[in-house]
Amino acid sequence: MTPENTGTHGAVLTDPAAEPGAPVVELRGAGKSYGNIRALHGVDLKVFANQVTCVLGDNGAGKSTLIKIISGLHQHTEGEFLVDGGAVRFSTPREALDKGIATVYQDLAVVPLMPVWRNFFLGSELTKGPWPLRRLDIERMKQTADEELRNMGIVLDDLEQPIGTLSGGQRQCVAIARAVHFGARVLILDEPTAALGVKQSGVVLKYIAAARDRGLGVIFITHNPHHAYMVGDHFSVLRLGTMELNASRADVSLEELTNHMAGGTELAALKHELSQVRGVDVDELPEAGDLTAPVAPSEGKS
Amino acid sequence: MSMTRQAEPAVTTPPAPGPGRQTDGRTSRRSPALRLLARPEVGVLLGALAVLVFFLVTAPPVRDGSSMANILYQSSTIGIMALPVALLMIGGEFDLSAGVAVITSALTASMLSYQLTMNIWVGVIVALAVSLGIGLFNGWLLVKTGLPSFLVTLGTFLILQGVNLAVTKLVTGNVATDDISDMEGFAQAKAIFASSFDIGGVNVKITVVWWLVFAALATWVLLRTKYGNWIFAVGGNKESARAVGVPVTFTKISLFMLVGFGAWFVGMHQLFSFNTVQSGEGVGQELIYIAAAVIGGCLLTGGAGSAIGPVFGAFMFGLVQQGIVYAGWNPDWFKAFLGVMLLGAVLINLWVQRTATRR
Repeated sequence: MTPENTGTHGAVLTDPAAEPGAPVVELRGAGKSYGNIRALHGVDLKVFANQVTCVLGDNGAGKSTLIKIISGLHQHTEGEFLVDGGAVRFSTPREALDKGIATVYQDLAVVPLMPVWRNFFLGSELTKGPWPLRRLDIERMKQTADEELRNMGIVLDDLEQPIGTLSGGQRQCVAIARAVHFGARVLILDEPTAALGVKQSGVVLKYIAAARDRGLGVIFITHNPHHAYMVGDHFSVLRLGTMELNASRADVSLEELTNHMAGGTELAALKHELSQVRGVDVDELPEAGDLTAPVAPSEGKS
Repeated sequence: MSMTRQAEPAVTTPPAPGPGRQTDGRTSRRSPALRLLARPEVGVLLGALAVLVFFLVTAPPVRDGSSMANILYQSSTIGIMALPVALLMIGGEFDLSAGVAVITSALTASMLSYQLTMNIWVGVIVALAVSLGIGLFNGWLLVKTGLPSFLVTLGTFLILQGVNLAVTKLVTGNVATDDISDMEGFAQAKAIFASSFDIGGVNVKITVVWWLVFAALATWVLLRTKYGNWIFAVGGNKESARAVGVPVTFTKISLFMLVGFGAWFVGMHQLFSFNTVQSGEGVGQELIYIAAAVIGGCLLTGGAGSAIGPVFGAFMFGLVQQGIVYAGWNPDWFKAFLGVMLLGAVLINLWVQRTATRR
């Protein structure tokens, strides 16, 4: 039994204890093809409130495609996409936002030259006054932005400074605080820690936990299993556009997660071959059998 | 204000409530003078003042009130177009067809009214529709194809240039349109687009007033409305803007239509002040508008700028254009002088901003 043949289909775990209610967002066998390229295929994913669902995968595994479907930038071409149990198909990010699904993108979360407070309210500006004179309520926006940022523990001297002058971690935090403020129920974070140093990553992880504790369902996209394991409640590993692993925190250890992420299954297969080569230490590599444990059995399908 | 910013998140423990708000504490305030200098429109204001002083010294006729009115009039015809061009530039695009679109608009109004012997207002309204339509076409094509605005509007520029000449010759048998000054509604339209009034014995053209009114309106829209926020956003980062729900398509297309409106207004001014239109004109004007916007501190790549900056930029152009004449120099030097101005202004702007924003 290899992880591939169990992970692709029917990998959804049914663990009643871990499910505090109906999933807010659910994918059933969802996939996406661009012309003749199948970027994503047969993906099952459930996102619950008060939980951090981690989606891991190497470059090109389909992580970006997955979040683009959920956030409304692209549409799925197969399977089902459900929000609150009802099938949906978003044509713009605005529709996803209206359903409470907010996305914080890795590099396009903000407009660098615009002040922090304008970025905070971009696309959802507060206004006052009747139509021909309807104008931005700058005072209220600045105050609200400041309060929301402080609630998340971010203190900035000057909300007028261009957001591009903030550090990467601060920018992510502003984007997260923004999503939380605008009533997001599901927060998608696209590799928020990818470009950050150790300390800044820790700060972002803190806000992920803070967002979860405020009752949000968080989808945390990353290729760092250590970061994922620190805050995750559920882990899904993508490989070549399909789901390789789908497991709750209770069923998977950091070591196993790391192995899956690092292409452990392939490494195991190569172990024999590598052992023939002098100078390669294979003792620490996992055996293929070690890796099958956390993968959901097919009969566990819901 | 030397040290200050470090690459660390400004994160502390949750804030203590109360009036004494804690601050990050790592950024010292820059002095107000420096912060003012960092604004692009202040840089161009200083540049314009320097050029003004230069001509006040070297060309005594400039000191006269009527010369100043003339300079302001010259500036206003550039400035009215430079405003929407600047907004479009802040929105991340530019329009090479803006110069000939002015002539297209004037030709449309003139020929339509004259050939069909209708009230002049019919031509004016149809010309507005045509101008907005050209903007709509530019914007729509840009958004649909994703081509750079350089290519799309270069195409429109060439099309309009050819159509202006060919259609005018076809309709009037001449390269210019017929005089429309005796037609119904002409006086009315002239009062709006091309009249003048006296202030303290100085004859001031109405376009100067329109120019300043439009500039004030553009500033308000840019800084105080949702739409203004969207302009900065689509120019600064289109993908981010779209992802947070800004209607990028609407914003871009409407900006092109705004340039169409400007072209219509300036076209009507030309028509009602000269009574006839030369169909081959307007070529090269688009670069003057773009230069005025850039001198005014608008970022060519979008995302930053103001509506006030281009006002000073256009003033600088008008000043140089008339100043050379008043100084008694050969007007052939105008373009060379402008080029030097453009480079000088851009370099000074850059230097002032770097110095003032250094931390």
